[in-house]
Amino acid sequence: MMNPSHGRGLGSAGGSSSGRNQGGGETVVEMFPSGLRVLVVDDDPTCLMILERMLRTCLYEVTKCNRAEMALSLLRKNKHGFDIVISDVHMPDMDGFKLLEHVGLEMDLPVIMMSADDSKSVVLKGVTHGAVDYLIKPVRMEALKNIWQHVVRKRRSEWSVPEHSGSIEETGERQQQQHRGGGGGAAVSGGEDAVDDNSSSVNEGNNWRSSSRKRKDEEGEEQGDDKDEDASNLKKPRVVWSVELHQQFVAAVNQLGVEKAVPKKILELMNVPGLTRENVASHLQKYRIYLRRLGGVSQHQGNLNNSFMTGQDASFGPLSTLNGFDLQALAVTGQLPAQSLAQLQAGLGRPAMVSKSGLPVSSIVDERSIFSFDNTKTRFGEGLGHHGQQPQQQPQMNLLHGVPTGLQQQLPMGNRMSIQQQIAAVRAGHSVQNNGMLMPLAGQQSLPRGPPPMLTSSQSSIRQPMLSNRIPERSGFSGRNNIPESSRVLPTGYTNLTTQHSSSAMAYNNFQPELPVNSFPLASAPGLSVPVRKATSYQEEVNSSEAGFTTPSYDMFTTRQNDWDLRNIGIAFDSHQDAESAAFSASEAYSSSSMSRNNTTVAATEHGRNHQQPPPGMVPHHQGYADGNSGSVRVKSERVAADTAAMAFHEQYSNQEDLMSALLKQEGIAPVDGEFDFDAYSIDNIPV
Amino acid sequence: MQRQVALIKQSLFDQGYLDEQFMELEELQDDANPNFVEEVSALYFKDSARLINNIDQALERGSFDFNRLDSYMHQFKGSSTSIGASKVKAECTTFREYCRAGNAEGCLRTFQQLKKEHSTLRKKLEHYFQLARQAGPKETARRPK
Repeated sequence: MMNPSHGRGLGSAGGSSSGRNQGGGETVVEMFPSGLRVLVVDDDPTCLMILERMLRTCLYEVTKCNRAEMALSLLRKNKHGFDIVISDVHMPDMDGFKLLEHVGLEMDLPVIMMSADDSKSVVLKGVTHGAVDYLIKPVRMEALKNIWQHVVRKRRSEWSVPEHSGSIEETGERQQQQHRGGGGGAAVSGGEDAVDDNSSSVNEGNNWRSSSRKRKDEEGEEQGDDKDEDASNLKKPRVVWSVELHQQFVAAVNQLGVEKAVPKKILELMNVPGLTRENVASHLQKYRIYLRRLGGVSQHQGNLNNSFMTGQDASFGPLSTLNGFDLQALAVTGQLPAQSLAQLQAGLGRPAMVSKSGLPVSSIVDERSIFSFDNTKTRFGEGLGHHGQQPQQQPQMNLLHGVPTGLQQQLPMGNRMSIQQQIAAVRAGHSVQNNGMLMPLAGQQSLPRGPPPMLTSSQSSIRQPMLSNRIPERSGFSGRNNIPESSRVLPTGYTNLTTQHSSSAMAYNNFQPELPVNSFPLASAPGLSVPVRKATSYQEEVNSSEAGFTTPSYDMFTTRQNDWDLRNIGIAFDSHQDAESAAFSASEAYSSSSMSRNNTTVAATEHGRNHQQPPPGMVPHHQGYADGNSGSVRVKSERVAADTAAMAFHEQYSNQEDLMSALLKQEGIAPVDGEFDFDAYSIDNIPV
Repeated sequence: MQRQVALIKQSLFDQGYLDEQFMELEELQDDANPNFVEEVSALYFKDSARLINNIDQALERGSFDFNRLDSYMHQFKGSSTSIGASKVKAECTTFREYCRAGNAEGCLRTFQQLKKEHSTLRKKLEHYFQLARQAGPKETARRPK
């Protein structure tokens, strides 16, 4: 039997102390997936020290952090440097749940919350925000011993493995177990008893370890190569949430009512053969989170977003948000017609989105918003054109989306002119594209915003993480949009964005409207009105020039940063900032996605870099492949690559990004920090 | 000597000053980290002293910002729990209840009590660690519980 003395939690398979850290190394190793990289965040130094010690005992690699901001920057700098995050709920500089959201969205890492507070409401909050587990202090060894299961599970669920019980459920169970201080391995059905834990853990541990190790190794390699997220390692069939699929999903959800939508029913409504309840559950989770972020939806939805993002690839998540964000901005500003928005989105060329798993970012976010965004972009694109690039854009736009690029033409350069008009134009022309477009715009906007922080500088990297994450989603979405059938859903959102853009456009002059343009094929870098100037150059260079998007420093972006909860922002966007940020995000996302998509594009990226401003997001992203941020995006992109259409989009997108970047740059808009608080997606504002 | 140490420790548990969390900490101690528990203790007392100071100041101001007080106490409780300081933890809980009830006087009273417990524990632990060091680290680290 396991050593009673160690039963408490050491779980040494072998003898006593030796098992733990000295000679028993082997035994222990067999038990745990050692080397798991854990980031612990807690303002309490005592706890931090204890946790670190415990984790090290489990043979994990531990990094301590006593401030949430520091943790975030650590994570952003080193996106794939950690496997899991453990965070306290109550911290002075940032709420633990906020950190949880950020991590979920940007890095898509499993996050465990912990607190001395065990009240149900807080625990529930943890669940709804997407925490994979909730530990009650004092944390015990047993609880920490098995945290690796969350890493494995998350990866598996991304593979859409039909393992039952979505993470939420498991989390719930787990919480209970944790509360009891037993936390047996996932596979262990109940072993609360220390001994049982040990034995089962051993077994499970062995199995898991080898598989998780394998995965980890693979992942490590993968990451090194293409920053592909776990997907590639697991080699399991992934459900690709294509635009159509996502639209079906959204339709089903809307039909049931967002609050009431349950995976089972959604699955039934969708009636898609081969789709499992699991797939839907995880997708729903993400979607909810996304919605929540956009429109201040109730917390329980928050998880959805996170997971949603995750599924797609962290980058997507943020992207979608961006899109939504942008869209909102647009919608607010100019009431972009949904169509145009959609177009924009499409135009944005969500390459990233596509790659990811075809998850239509836009769909998630708020399709409408995306559309709106697109519109805005489209318009912006036009605006950009006036920098001289417009002509370019236009053609591109047309290219990409096959949607009538009427918008482009219509969009006056940089005018802030009634975005609505533009949007209308866009809308008319592009249905799908919007999505794609939006993203780029968004991204761009923020990027160019100001000093090319985004570009290569680390600042941008910070931003980018946000963007990239977001953008990918958007991109993905856009990508889909490009596909004619892409969901035009966004129109509503789009409209909002447009509005926003108009205002921001004012500020940016031509830049922002471009965003809407984004919906146009990437090539046209629709939203990139801003980058117009640069667009030319960009387009050539970087496919992924999501930067183009970044140019329009949407205020959205800024707003986003300030407040995770964009809800209010969406509406209040009057500041360009929002747009910028949104754009930024978008561009970031795009950049990221683009980046990933084309490895070759990297070269292009280099170009982008030259531009400097341009897609700050972009460039960094490209460069950032190295960093975690891009990684995720890249991964997505790659996926997209698989998709021809996506490819096309990507191309387009890049251009857009370039444009965006250029625009943004010109605008001198400083991309807002990657944080996209902007709930561009709030569909509420978008009149569909 | 070791027996003496063991007895002291046992009494701490018996009297409720420490709970099993402290034992968990001991389990984490080993040859590579022979003074882990003592280090954690030291850290705890240092940090909690700071918290106590903050609370003292807040109380002295007389404004009774219960939210802020509650927040401080939450932190305090967290650390105390992690180290297994059960009496201190109990006082924290009481304090928070008074906070929630808006009972300023209750808070003041409890806080005095808390400081007392905290100080007592500190002395006892210091004494304990001193002896333990003299007795030899193995004693505390490996003893099966």
